[in-house]
Amino acid sequence: MANEIVLEMKHIMKIYSNGVVANEDVSLELDKGEIHALLGENGAGKSTLMKVLFGIETPDEGQIIMNGQEVTIKSPQDAISKGIGMVHQHFMLVPSLTVAENIILGVEPKKGVFIDMKKAVDEARKIAEKYNFDLDVTAKVEEIPVGIKQKVEILKALYRGADILILDEPTAVLTPQETDELFIQLEKLRKDGHTIIFISHKLDEIKKICNRATIMRNGKSMGTYNVSEISTDDMSKLMVGRDVVLKFEKKPIELKNVMMKVRDLTVYNSQGVLKVDSLSFDIKGGEILGIAGVEGNGQSELIDTLTGINKKYTGEVDIKGEDTRKKSIHDIRNLKLAHIPEDRMVSGCASNLNILENMFSNQYQQPDYSGKVMLKGKVIQKRSEDLIKEYLVKCNSYKQNVGMLSGGNIQKVIVAREFSTGPDIIIANQPTRGIDVGAASFIRQRLLEFRDAGCAVLLISADLNEIFSLSDRLAVMYKGKFSGLFTDVGQVSEETLGQYMLGLKHDEELGGVIYE
Amino acid sequence: MWNSLLTPEFYNSILRATTPILFATLASGVAAKSGICNMALEGILLFSALFGVIFSSVTHSFLLGILLTMVVGGCIGLFMAFFILNMKTDEILAAIAINLIATGGTVLLLLAFSGDRGSSTSITNVSAPVLVIPFIQDIPFIGKILSGQNVLTYLALIMVVVMHLFIYKTPLGLKIRAVGENKNAAESVGISSRKIQYISLVLSGVLCSLGGYFLSGGYMNMFTKDMSAGKGFIALAASSMGGDTPIGGFLVSMLFGAAQAFANMMQLTTIPVELIQMIPYLTTLIGLAIFSYIVMKRKAKLSGK
Repeated sequence: MANEIVLEMKHIMKIYSNGVVANEDVSLELDKGEIHALLGENGAGKSTLMKVLFGIETPDEGQIIMNGQEVTIKSPQDAISKGIGMVHQHFMLVPSLTVAENIILGVEPKKGVFIDMKKAVDEARKIAEKYNFDLDVTAKVEEIPVGIKQKVEILKALYRGADILILDEPTAVLTPQETDELFIQLEKLRKDGHTIIFISHKLDEIKKICNRATIMRNGKSMGTYNVSEISTDDMSKLMVGRDVVLKFEKKPIELKNVMMKVRDLTVYNSQGVLKVDSLSFDIKGGEILGIAGVEGNGQSELIDTLTGINKKYTGEVDIKGEDTRKKSIHDIRNLKLAHIPEDRMVSGCASNLNILENMFSNQYQQPDYSGKVMLKGKVIQKRSEDLIKEYLVKCNSYKQNVGMLSGGNIQKVIVAREFSTGPDIIIANQPTRGIDVGAASFIRQRLLEFRDAGCAVLLISADLNEIFSLSDRLAVMYKGKFSGLFTDVGQVSEETLGQYMLGLKHDEELGGVIYE
Repeated sequence: MWNSLLTPEFYNSILRATTPILFATLASGVAAKSGICNMALEGILLFSALFGVIFSSVTHSFLLGILLTMVVGGCIGLFMAFFILNMKTDEILAAIAINLIATGGTVLLLLAFSGDRGSSTSITNVSAPVLVIPFIQDIPFIGKILSGQNVLTYLALIMVVVMHLFIYKTPLGLKIRAVGENKNAAESVGISSRKIQYISLVLSGVLCSLGGYFLSGGYMNMFTKDMSAGKGFIALAASSMGGDTPIGGFLVSMLFGAAQAFANMMQLTTIPVELIQMIPYLTTLIGLAIFSYIVMKRKAKLSGK
């Protein structure tokens, strides 16, 4: 087949207003009739690149060339009219409408002032038949299963004349059978001359149906490869890896007592999906246990359970020898556990309260800061001013609303709050995500200081640099289990870690995960 | 007294009492379908009741009077849409503001136009005419119910069908439903949710103003202070109980209209009038309680399989 280039994105640069460089000189080239994988970890810049292509974001630099002509895509409507369709990860469907109504929404066939429903149903049926989509177009969307909903989304794009289809992690919500079915249909679409961009981080799927793959890491393109000519190992190496090696002065480890003991922990999420699968581990005072892994492999559920937010679990979680099942979050915190949550805006801070109020939200009840009825205003004020100085929070005063600060400074406020209680156990979930280098290094330094002082630290991070340079032991989480555990972190290569993270390798026996 | 429940006059009065509630219910329905709770119906009813009197007396015309009143209703809808959609005011707060402005504002305007604070007796307004339908009026019993109603009552019944067709059969109706249910989905296929919600709120205002005109130029022949008497809120309940559909809303508003008609009739008895005046509101309250009980049961059944 002659390679006819239908679309080129050249040197795309996108910097968000908060200073995050999401795309840096990224180029992408699509041949007509290929399934092109866009591969990368969460936050690698895949979504941003696709948002640029679909007209949701405007690039700061770079050009988009369609069929040999430079174009600007101003809005999703613009993209649709140029023959680009996108199937979002979260479906854009109206539940109470029928499949046919959803397909024709916005481009309804008319008969007088009314919708020509008969024609709509006919057309929807015709297009479904054309691509072998087996579905009832008169069924209501709320009554059909997820796999079918996705087909409706694809049909919606095809009905609007899409030649280029963007599928954003289409298999994330599908069962293996549904996935197989989807692949057959994608193959058919490809043969029909459609070009498909397949966003994923599942290597086996990419091997299965994609022709070429563009791999992204940290906002940069790591190149485009023919899938048949690159091994999954090489793909994982390109996808996972670090650009700069961080160096920290680390004192020799001095282990204390076991602070946290987890045995056979099993957690299902609210949809009944197994997220944590009979996990057991120990953490002693004076060490940092790092957990690496691609997001969504049970890390959030694990943390929610350890910190007492989630109470639906089987197994055992002991903190300092006490079973925490019957304990409230407050009780658990009173055992001197500090928690830096994953999403600072959702559960880390109250953005419309000021710095002082946020800094004391976990300790205002202490006799140091509160009398019988009233808070000790002056003491709290003095203490928060000290903390702002100590943690280098850049702000006008403690009266400033936390929401007004930059990401790094918000994180510092949260860290100051958590660390100022003098914790024995710190659970740090993505403590430096999306913040500037200075703030990140400051927070990492503090974590090491606490470790040296005999505190047990559990660190979950998507940042391999951070994980490598801080952890004393390093576990990799894959599908709710530890697929590997390394006690000699210095000896582990990025490639090996990547293979464990993506499920290419896993150890049945984990040595050294528990202390007995 | 119970005998009078069987007279055609009683059923005739049910239709009369239902008319303003029905208009407001349809108004609530179209706003709700687009995803906005239009709690300002009460204020719109009150304003349009007053402006109905003013415009019809100034123009000496029913048709001009009602058209101008519809413009007022539409403008209030537009005003509300501007605050909710452009200025990002909370929709409940915007509605409360409109309702409060209506309570005080109508009295102020009434004073300015008629020199009276309580009612518009000094102004001669033009009421909506009563229609006698040939042939139908000759049918025994039924004829006396269906014929001889106010022209706006007929219009309200027609509007039930029109609104049903509009919401379920036209492209705009489909867009309204799509926006109300999943804004992102609608936006993703190029529908401007803001535009659709503007249209829905203006339409809601216009529909509701017809009910307001009927209050002062049909149900009664003058404007009196606070004459909407909670009908806007009753309509909100009726629409919600009817699933915000025109047909469902119509059936429930008939029930509330019947309660109102029953209360009106009971006033002829020796029972204290204050107790009787509670009937329409009590009906609404009990209706809502039963309704949410049914919904709860249904949900429990669905989730429990």
